Amino acid sequence: MSVFAFYLFAISAITGGLFTVISRQPVHSVLWLILSFISAAGLFVLLGAEFVAMLLVIVYVGAVAVLFLFVVMMLDVDFAELKAEMARYMPLALLIGLVILMQFVMAFGAWESAHGAAEHLAQPVPADRHNTEALGLIIYDQYFLLFQLAGLILLVAMIGAIVLTLRHRQDVKRQDVVAQMMRDPAKAMELKDVKPGQGL
Amino acid sequence: MIQADLSVILPEIVLALFAMFALLAAVYTGKDKLGVPLVWATGGLMAVLAIWIATTGQGTNVAFNGMFVDDGFARFAKVTILLSAAAVLVMSQDYMARRDLLRFEYPLLVALAAVGMMMMVSAGDLMALYMGLELQSLALYVVASLRRDSVKSTEAGLKYFVLGALSSGLLLYGASLVYGYAGTTLFSGIIETAQHGHVTLGLLFGLIFLISGLAFKVSAVPFHMWTPDVYEGSPTPVTAFFATAPKMAAMGLFARVMHDAFGLAVADWSQVIALLSLLSMFLGAVAAIGQRDIKRLMAFSSIAHMGYALMGLAAGTQFGVQALLVYMAIYVTMNVGTFAFILMLEKDGKPVTDITALNSYAKREPAKALAMLILLFSLAGVPPMLGFFGKFYVLRAAYDAGLAWLAVAGVIASVIGAFYYLRIVYYMYFGEEGEELESNSSPVLWGFLMASAAVMVLGIVNMFGVEGAAAAAAATLVN
Repeated sequence: MSVFAFYLFAISAITGGLFTVISRQPVHSVLWLILSFISAAGLFVLLGAEFVAMLLVIVYVGAVAVLFLFVVMMLDVDFAELKAEMARYMPLALLIGLVILMQFVMAFGAWESAHGAAEHLAQPVPADRHNTEALGLIIYDQYFLLFQLAGLILLVAMIGAIVLTLRHRQDVKRQDVVAQMMRDPAKAMELKDVKPGQGL
Repeated sequence: MIQADLSVILPEIVLALFAMFALLAAVYTGKDKLGVPLVWATGGLMAVLAIWIATTGQGTNVAFNGMFVDDGFARFAKVTILLSAAAVLVMSQDYMARRDLLRFEYPLLVALAAVGMMMMVSAGDLMALYMGLELQSLALYVVASLRRDSVKSTEAGLKYFVLGALSSGLLLYGASLVYGYAGTTLFSGIIETAQHGHVTLGLLFGLIFLISGLAFKVSAVPFHMWTPDVYEGSPTPVTAFFATAPKMAAMGLFARVMHDAFGLAVADWSQVIALLSLLSMFLGAVAAIGQRDIKRLMAFSSIAHMGYALMGLAAGTQFGVQALLVYMAIYVTMNVGTFAFILMLEKDGKPVTDITALNSYAKREPAKALAMLILLFSLAGVPPMLGFFGKFYVLRAAYDAGLAWLAVAGVIASVIGAFYYLRIVYYMYFGEEGEELESNSSPVLWGFLMASAAVMVLGIVNMFGVEGAAAAAAATLVN
């Protein structure tokens, strides 16, 4: 049963990936991408990594793919022209792809793990603790340094986005709380005693 | 246990915390008014950290389960990175401020990039390698397109980003193959699997992808295509930064991966790197001849120089690594001086990058022209200057390792390359009278130009001790 499930998910992941590349409508591409993500989540479930599977669905399908959809719909890109451009390079690309594929067949055909690799390989599911706990131990303990570095990378990404896109508009009046509180009637108002029958 | 680990990465922590606090301070107070003080503060902090690392660092310290290695090699690279980044940052202040480019984020992004570079040269794990590399690259993509109103600058940033993402993909694929075959991402674990016999085919596949990704970062041919466009489009101080610290970091990372993780398969990777080196030297020498823009010219010059540095790595010996470190230290010093000169070239307040604008420059500015002449001779590798000794070092390393053909090719490429350096000298001294460039001399730029030229001449006595330091550093990496 699980073998059947594996092949089902694997085939649908590959199909999704293939159609992401070749479908004519960019929106369809994103939908195929979602299929690919969900199949990958299924594969994670088969491995016993439910937490990662849920993350994949929530983060990638729920957020990233939706973001892609927005970008595709908002950007005014002439996809037909891009496709025509791609067709020109297709024969060469196919040739290179074929050569690389053959090289990979050579490499994977003679798959031979290095000596002693088996005992190094991490177990997908530790027997004695559940998924979330195991992940926490890895991320916040063993890979603490990498976790912090990932945070720095996200900080740089945020600074970068602000530096490159934020434009301060000079013609907008902004609220200045301190200036507002420092105002007093003497400065803000001018009292005039207007006599009846006379102007100012 | 965590205290012991943290004390090993203290310099990185200090720099990262400085960047974060400075960011908060600048956002809540002066914004871009703080740009100039922050440039000086960041540059000063980097210089202090460099001195700290150089004077206090001892022995080999491994932290975070082997993911971070602080040894002599890492310290040599870190000192070079920090000093050159500080120099370029300080040099850029005047140029950026006058063109309204000095936003307070600029020094902070450079500082965060430096943190990434320090992580790169200290990486002891494929994941740590990737994290450091991405931290560095992401900051570089942003500073490349800092002049966001200019199409060229935006294009430079975008090109760098897209091609950088592609190379990261290659690198990651290689890393995943290596992990799949070796069963571990730790360099110390990968080298162990090779010890028990031959290196498996899958591991070699991963190695080739890793080399491709790394070659992109050092802009070695055939992964160099982005370099001229990015160098040309970025603001000149950013170009100066690209040509110095990140090159040292990428080269240091390259040497570390090859020796720490694949040190027992030297014969397998040495031939690949020898080819990269050969192609880089010749393409850098030949393609630069047609360039009229001095920033593009420096891009091809850096490609050629990376070729020579890779020659030291291709040797695969301890002396080869020493030669690589000496070469990179000299290269970085030369580039700091050359870019100080380029930053001074302007006309009507606009930067000038056309080399024909240098016509008869020597008549008006004899001192600066002489300093540039020394630097250009050194870049070309003409004997009395320090640049020659750098080349001599790598050539000898290659020759000693049985790569005589590569050494001979290096000499030929260097002769071809001398043409375009000497052509600039020709324009400066014998060119016909042309339009005059403004003679603005910011004292900082002038100081760096003169100091760098002086190092090229005075350094031939004992290289200021770099030779011994590089030898000690190389000994910790290769044993």
